[in-house]
Amino acid sequence: MKKLKLVLIGNGMAGIRTLEELLKLAPDMYEITVFGAEPHPNYNRILLSPVLAGEQTFDEIVLNDLNWYSDNGINLLLGRKVVEINRKQRHVIASDGTVAEYDRLLIATGSTPFILPVPGSKLEGVIGYRDIADTQVMMETAKTHSHAVVIGGGLLGLEAANGLKLRGMDVTVVHIGEWLMERQLDRNAGELLQQSLSERGLKFLLPKHTAELLDNGDGRVCAVKFTDGDVIAADLVVMAAGIRPNTELAEKSGIACNRGILVNDTLQTFDPRVYAIGECASHRGIAYGLVAPLFDQAKVCANHLAQLGFARYQGSVTSTKLKVTGIDLFSAGEFMGGEGTETITLSDPIGGVYKKLVIKNDQLIGACLYGDTADGGWYFRQIRELQNISQTRDHLMFGENAIGDVGHQGQDKTANMPDTAEVCGCNGVCKGTIVKAIQENGLFSVDDVKKHTKAASSCGSCAGLVEQILISTVGGAADVKPKSEKAICGCSDSTHGQIRQAIREHHLTSIVAVQQHLNWSTPNGCATCRPALNYYLISTWPGEAIDDAQSRLINERAHANIQKDGTYSVVPRMWGGVTSAAELRRIADVADKYQVPMVKVTGGQRIDLLGIKKDDLPNVWKELDMPSGHAYGKSIRTVKTCVGSEFCRFGTQNSTQMGIDLEHDLFNMWSPHKVKLAVSGCPRNCAEAGIKDVGIIGVDSGWEMYIGGNGGIKTEVAEFFVKLKTAEEVREYNGAFLQLYREEAFYLERTVHYLQRVGMDYIKQAVIEDAENRKALNERLQYSLSFEQDPWKQRIETPQLKKEFQRIPVTVVEEVPV
Amino acid sequence: MSWLDICALEEINPLGSRIVLGPSGDIAVFRTADDEVFALDDRCPHKGGPLSQGLIYGKRVACPLHNWQIELETGEALAPDQGCAHRHEAKVENGRVLLALRN
Repeated sequence: MKKLKLVLIGNGMAGIRTLEELLKLAPDMYEITVFGAEPHPNYNRILLSPVLAGEQTFDEIVLNDLNWYSDNGINLLLGRKVVEINRKQRHVIASDGTVAEYDRLLIATGSTPFILPVPGSKLEGVIGYRDIADTQVMMETAKTHSHAVVIGGGLLGLEAANGLKLRGMDVTVVHIGEWLMERQLDRNAGELLQQSLSERGLKFLLPKHTAELLDNGDGRVCAVKFTDGDVIAADLVVMAAGIRPNTELAEKSGIACNRGILVNDTLQTFDPRVYAIGECASHRGIAYGLVAPLFDQAKVCANHLAQLGFARYQGSVTSTKLKVTGIDLFSAGEFMGGEGTETITLSDPIGGVYKKLVIKNDQLIGACLYGDTADGGWYFRQIRELQNISQTRDHLMFGENAIGDVGHQGQDKTANMPDTAEVCGCNGVCKGTIVKAIQENGLFSVDDVKKHTKAASSCGSCAGLVEQILISTVGGAADVKPKSEKAICGCSDSTHGQIRQAIREHHLTSIVAVQQHLNWSTPNGCATCRPALNYYLISTWPGEAIDDAQSRLINERAHANIQKDGTYSVVPRMWGGVTSAAELRRIADVADKYQVPMVKVTGGQRIDLLGIKKDDLPNVWKELDMPSGHAYGKSIRTVKTCVGSEFCRFGTQNSTQMGIDLEHDLFNMWSPHKVKLAVSGCPRNCAEAGIKDVGIIGVDSGWEMYIGGNGGIKTEVAEFFVKLKTAEEVREYNGAFLQLYREEAFYLERTVHYLQRVGMDYIKQAVIEDAENRKALNERLQYSLSFEQDPWKQRIETPQLKKEFQRIPVTVVEEVPV
Repeated sequence: MSWLDICALEEINPLGSRIVLGPSGDIAVFRTADDEVFALDDRCPHKGGPLSQGLIYGKRVACPLHNWQIELETGEALAPDQGCAHRHEAKVENGRVLLALRN
């Protein structure tokens, strides 16, 4: 098939990101030509400020070097500005006369700084702040001249002013608004910002209107004159009073524009062969000037160019972060407040902290943080997910405290951490290493950072810290989407929620069917998506979907826990943590016979035999003659109990029997993540039920049920769920809650995170208030469990399953001539 | 180089693997979804994890210990990780899996 011709006008971040996404989806569909007006390959424009501030070099901010273009067969034409689009003939013409034909055209011409139309605006020394050339002019001027005036107190203007100050110039920021960054900050935060920038030596004039730029007699600017008659000296004037989408080229060719090239939800313009993306495009009346939305647009545009056509762009919620080292500032959503909104404010002018949260209809819709932005990512996720915050409202202001409790010296803010501070305690990754990787490799998401540095890739407790570092390094371009909005993995664009829905609604019962239905880009997925799909299938269609052993990770395939040396640990089930002399004798015999290097008591009241060879597993199980303890699975793990009323003088309820019953109820249950329970017989709570997925506490008048606790990476205290009278009720409510979790949670989402995502109200409604639904949930759980049996017993008895544990005998070696 | 007859192809599950005891340690023999077979020393270049126990997809295996991704054709780890597992020739002929050990 002859390749289609794709021409990209504009060699910047939006256009090139689209090509990257396109090459992932359809590497051979197009012959690609790129026109770039600048003489550089694609670089990270948002890092121009660190370059100006002397914190980074030009080379460090290149995102795609010239090899990337040639490796992907892209014809790159640098330093050539396209001057005409001929839509009839379907070609473009560049300033040097180059003509390129297209089948599809992508316009990503970005924007230009708005130059105030005042007398003198054409003088030498008057520039915008947009590209490498502008940055170079500023750096050169700083060497030879001393007075700089920046017109515009927005994000860009302040970053320019800060950089020029660091390069030794005397800098005055002139701003038309009443406070700085009025589009990103409210007045309080804006004034705090001005105060700390003043302390760094920047001068401010606001509100102030520029009237004229004065000539020094040689055609160079020498002063700025204002409408009130004031005059200040200026050898360099940087216009940062806004940007204008570059639409001239499109307009000339008859493509509809209105403050941007008008595009639909697939980023197509008035002419469907022509796409526009990035700062030059206007989508539903908004031309985005930040990077994060461009990346969302790029995905959709690439999807359409690849002729898949199932993605839609529906606008972005944006967040802002000032890239001035040492100043922490974050805003997102509708932070100004207004009619029908409520605000929660924390103000500590001496400590330099200001936080404002804007709430509407029990949902967080905006946040403006100054001085302490550690929770910016968390608030941003809640704004995007429109979570109901009525239950968390009283502590919303105090943030997520999302960081795990241990592993990083109790640090929860990265801004003041030195480069040598260890962020990831599992893999020993320091802050400096992460910052460097983000800058050198052009990373924008926590997943990218995980891949490149291994930080947050093991236990994940430092993911919040990594996210903060990412936000403070790349600003608003950081991709901090919640799991509910993220694609499951690189194999697919579908989110966990979309996949669960498709499996349910289209009755998909095999991994292959899901992958075909949802256009998987890889032949058989990867180690991230296959275990998730397998779980979704068997939990949605029990008895119909086949549990695919090859899509389970080793522990769930071998039904034992792999150890660092490739041996396994074996934990037999002891119902409710109760055992007997006979069981202990058998365990001791096995430990002797197989020379088990370590026998250990676990935190869940079980006994762990460590260091067993895989080949020995079936025999060990057989000789133990106990059921699988599922200590290896995303499944029911243990129900921990205290002694309870049978023996304990304080006990009010028979917690041990309750634990045993619950454990039998849930035996063999697979779940999105591991599930641990505990039952205590009185409020002294010796079984530590407050940090379990389901914790039951016996009181004199019945039982209290708590859900969503977690004792691991980050200690989460379970929340009170319901008070019940009888043991039967406890079993019924427990079964219903866990079945709801099984049906709705995303793979690897613990109950606490599921609870945070859907809200306690929702779970109460489904389990407590709706008796019929509770019954139905229990029935579905029982139905699902009716297809499961003790996996150890199964493997002892079925020769075909035993194969997994046997080596191929090599005694029979037949030589075949080559 | 000579080919050793290891087993029938059906003895290895699709997207599965088996271990052959070689002269210098375990060798993992993998079968892909397209019934190609590949053989690597059963040691991940990272921390020696048994690759035979990993999850197989396309022509790659993810190490069960720390999720390094290893190319079955070359034994190379996928970037940004660096390292290489020792590779052996393997093929399927007449439904039999053949292996040629490489020192």
